[in-house]
Amino acid sequence: MDYEITLLTTMAISVIFALSLNLITGFCGQISLGHAAFQGVGAYTAAMLGKAGWPFLATLPAAMLLACVLGVIVGLSSLRVREDFLAITTMGVVFLFVGFVRQQDWLGGEMGVSSIPDHGLGRVGFMAFALVLGALVAALSIYIRCTWMGRVFNGIAEDEDTMRVLGIDVPRYKLAAFAIGTALAGLSGALLAYHLQFIGAENFGFIESITVLSMVVFGGIGSVAWVVIAAALLSALPAWFQVIGDYKLLVYGGLLFLMMRFSPGGMAALAARLIRRGKAREDRA
Amino acid sequence: MRTQATSTAPLLAIESVTVRFGGLLAIDGVSFEVREGELLGLIGPNGAGKTTMLRAITGVVRPTQGQVLLQGERLNDLAIDQRIRRGLALSQQLVRPLRTITLQENVAMAAAQAKTVRPLRALFQVSDAQELDLAHRELERVGIAQLAAQKPATQPLGVLKRLELARALALKPRLLLLDEPLAGLNSKEAHGLADTIAEINRQGVTIVLIEHNLGEVMRICQRLVVLDNGRKIAEGEPQAVMAEPVVRSAYLGADAPEEASHA
Repeated sequence: MDYEITLLTTMAISVIFALSLNLITGFCGQISLGHAAFQGVGAYTAAMLGKAGWPFLATLPAAMLLACVLGVIVGLSSLRVREDFLAITTMGVVFLFVGFVRQQDWLGGEMGVSSIPDHGLGRVGFMAFALVLGALVAALSIYIRCTWMGRVFNGIAEDEDTMRVLGIDVPRYKLAAFAIGTALAGLSGALLAYHLQFIGAENFGFIESITVLSMVVFGGIGSVAWVVIAAALLSALPAWFQVIGDYKLLVYGGLLFLMMRFSPGGMAALAARLIRRGKAREDRA
Repeated sequence: MRTQATSTAPLLAIESVTVRFGGLLAIDGVSFEVREGELLGLIGPNGAGKTTMLRAITGVVRPTQGQVLLQGERLNDLAIDQRIRRGLALSQQLVRPLRTITLQENVAMAAAQAKTVRPLRALFQVSDAQELDLAHRELERVGIAQLAAQKPATQPLGVLKRLELARALALKPRLLLLDEPLAGLNSKEAHGLADTIAEINRQGVTIVLIEHNLGEVMRICQRLVVLDNGRKIAEGEPQAVMAEPVVRSAYLGADAPEEASHA
């Protein structure tokens, strides 16, 4: 039972993390190669505040806020330029984050932060809490899709020059996507810190950034349901198959490449295509 | 060269605008005005600087010197979207519809200006009924309402040109800028769209039309500004302007002669 609880909690946290990137990359079309850094900021914030005596629930908004602030700073410095530049900047941010944390004794340096206090919800309670938050973030994503913000994001993802001609303040919308996405990444980080009760800089590096990106791409950029499925599935894989844990970058990088090459719309597009093909066959029969 | 003394303040004033790209002088001290309610043709041979002029008005390029005023307000330092929100609308030469949504939704995106002005406001706006409604009316206005539910990918250029126009109209502009709306259309389609443009102008929309199709320009425009090599060479009534020797030689030297004699 313990194993299932741990697995479900891990899945829920991954779903929140993947959905947070989906808002930026899926909805708004902005590639981030360093999303784990924002999760890391959330995790370290929650861990340090928790150790300083803050109650678990109070660390969550603080983690979100700090991750969001960093996200906005990174966003302000790079969102006015094109996507490819953003990819490089965010990649720089994740290396900067890891490099910075490793040098800071007060953040545990190379050793990481251990003995993060208990959340007090019990193992099942924490799992339920994470699952509920995961569902809420999914609901928020679906809600955003239905708002004018979601429609504008969609337009920016397709053609930002046209959106400008339609009177849209494109950088501001990108920044909004970044702010929401990084805040939610911070939330997932705080949960992860309390879940693992031990965190190190290597939990939030480039590999993790690629992993979460491959979840979003594998699911189908923008599709909430498929990203949830992909995140749940891909976060469980290393637990099921040891070899995947050992070759993480190879597996997720390879997956990312294969998806981009053969089904840029991810599983969502693949499923839609199969259904269409099935229907066509039925029609012919 | 001014034909009439300006009785009212011009809607748009271009004041000795110069645009320089490195060593290239694309526009050299051009001034003209657009008056409320008129349909002004901005013409000239290829490379005359028409599109650059349009870009200086919309904000894609910044003038090296001079200024662009919309009802007396200086636009020079504003970004494109800010200029759009102050009352400009642009129908682009290369049509760029959003391909994943329907024609009606494309127009609704422009019609939603009030709801999309800030991300935070947009986050709390769900309903698009009003915008779709308005979008449908604009599609009717340009004559493609029956295709409202179609996706742009399946539509011919003639329809997409009209979509581009409907989208610009949905912004409820004070000044509509049309960049070669007739380019790429056959003569029948071009004639029809030119009629639509003239009709929209009659409904009270001020329009600046950049166009190569001189026949249609002569037919629907009330006034012309002619550019050549980045300079303004003529301005005034279409017939009078086309009769001017500098205009004739500019066109005869560079462009198709039969177009110039079309007048």
